[in-house]
Amino acid sequence: MLKYNDKLLMLVFTILVLTGPIILAPFGAGYPDLLQRFVIFGILAVGYNILFGLTGYLSFGHAAFLGVGSYSTVWMFKLLTMNIIPGIILAIIMSGLFALLIGFITLRRSGIYFSILTLAFAQMSYSLAYSVLTPITNGETGLQIRLADARILDAKNDSGSLPSTNLFGLEMNDTWRTTFMGMDLQFNVGFYVSAFILIAVFYLSIRIFRSPFGLMLRAVKTNQNRLMYTGINTKPYTLAAFVISGMYAGLAGALLASMDPLAGAERMQWTESGSIVLMVILGGASTLLGPVLGAGVIKYFEAIFSRINDNVLHEWFDILPGFLETFMVWIVHPFVGKGWSLTLGAVFMIIVIFLPGGLMEGANRIGKRFVKLKRGSADNAKTPAE
Amino acid sequence: MGILEVQNVNKHFGGLHALNNVNLDVKKGSVHAIIGPNGAGKSTFLNCLIGKLAPDTGSVMFQGKPVLGQKPHQINQMGISRVFQTPEIFTDLTVFENVMIPCFAHRDGSFVLNAWKKVKGETGIREQAEQMLLDVNMQDKLHMNAASLSRGDKRRLELAMCLAQDPKLLLLDEPTAGMARADTNATIDLLKHISETRGITKVIIEHDMHVVFSLADTISVLAQGAIIAEGLPEDIKGHPKVREAYLGEAEV
Repeated sequence: MLKYNDKLLMLVFTILVLTGPIILAPFGAGYPDLLQRFVIFGILAVGYNILFGLTGYLSFGHAAFLGVGSYSTVWMFKLLTMNIIPGIILAIIMSGLFALLIGFITLRRSGIYFSILTLAFAQMSYSLAYSVLTPITNGETGLQIRLADARILDAKNDSGSLPSTNLFGLEMNDTWRTTFMGMDLQFNVGFYVSAFILIAVFYLSIRIFRSPFGLMLRAVKTNQNRLMYTGINTKPYTLAAFVISGMYAGLAGALLASMDPLAGAERMQWTESGSIVLMVILGGASTLLGPVLGAGVIKYFEAIFSRINDNVLHEWFDILPGFLETFMVWIVHPFVGKGWSLTLGAVFMIIVIFLPGGLMEGANRIGKRFVKLKRGSADNAKTPAE
Repeated sequence: MGILEVQNVNKHFGGLHALNNVNLDVKKGSVHAIIGPNGAGKSTFLNCLIGKLAPDTGSVMFQGKPVLGQKPHQINQMGISRVFQTPEIFTDLTVFENVMIPCFAHRDGSFVLNAWKKVKGETGIREQAEQMLLDVNMQDKLHMNAASLSRGDKRRLELAMCLAQDPKLLLLDEPTAGMARADTNATIDLLKHISETRGITKVIIEHDMHVVFSLADTISVLAQGAIIAEGLPEDIKGHPKVREAYLGEAEV
């Protein structure tokens, strides 16, 4: 078993997250919108992993909590203030309550039945948000802020333009730009707010993983029967994990709305829930870093591959002779642009088949091989001396 | 008055009368064996005791409190632990973690949200678990994955897990099934040692007469769902009904 030094892990994680705008700039991912998504979906995946990674309960309904979080936050923007704090607090409370209700019902079953129940609930929530609850959700248009909204805590807005979300006056869309070694670096307030929250909730997830509570959750995954006959009531344990992961999702939803103050029903659709599952499995379920990694990879694919069009492809294959260039573009075309999810699907399949433990398993294997090589050469150096 | 009193328990599976008016009185501190041919209803009976099955009629009292209608985890918290026929352990966890879980269950009850403290910091629990593994001679396998243990070790681990809870009544379902003779003897010694040091009341279901006669104070014979004989080991050995149940109809 590999032993991680949690303090070192936390340190490396913090540094990587905070230097994200610099590290990711060479990959074309250093702009605020995408960086925010990396971090926010990282929070979502870390939370989802507390449920799926530890207990093995595969929920297909976590997008519902994301949506609940977003709606709650936008309502706070409309009624109270453009400061994101009340919105985030309400989002966590609402998604927690919502998760308590859904979890209480769905956790009566396990395995595939649990997954189907959560899927059904998420789809119900989606339909409610899309049509029935239009007064609260504004239906298919989505909930947006308006000039006429009350915002009782904020000063009167006479500027005629929509106010922007802020943290005690620090505006989320403020960006400080600089050029370093020819790269355009963008340090965005919204990204750093989300990043600090990610670091905090990542630390919380480490504590949960290492706690007796986390041990019980892992025991649920392994042998729920034994746990019952060991005097443990498994239901409150799984329910607590479900609610905690729901609150993480609500927090992510709140941050999405804080970066861009609108909430739509499509955020709750089951494809969104599915993509959360993909993130966690791709990165490595039940590992600490994996989910964040998976979220990053999927959001990167979504943002970068979808922007490659035929013109870009022609540029790539420019050196090839004419007919070959056309041929290559014709081959690659379905995998980029609108077809980016095709590439994602292929990558996902390759990883699940060859690295069932996700990207983290890949990293571990490389790490082990590296250690073995080092040890091997050390042994070789020793042998002649003996 | 026994620690466990079972009265008129009946259980039907469709047309099969699996348990037919079973009465049992287990005395505190004793080792009570239940023997019987295959399909006699021994495991069904144990399943009724731990809340896995609900009997159709009858009552089960443990230390004067009703057991029936309680959930498995509640029954366990009353002080009844069970070792299963095929070891039920947490295969994805280490041996040490396996034993820590019942220690937590014993200390914290059926649920507590202990999500901030580290398992590493729970020194009391860790010492307890280490001592337990020392008692069953598995201290050198502390950090092994439970899945990689041999069958005999898995049984010993499960026994350690049950003992870690300091139960008042230990139910053992064929604790030596499928073991080689040497392992069987080791298990007998271990169980005897536990009886001497801890004095836990035990109900043992067993096929192996060698094991039964080495351990039991009292024996009940179950055949076709009914208790056909009960008594001291010497009495049971020569009992005509028992011979009949095991060997089939006596010659006409």
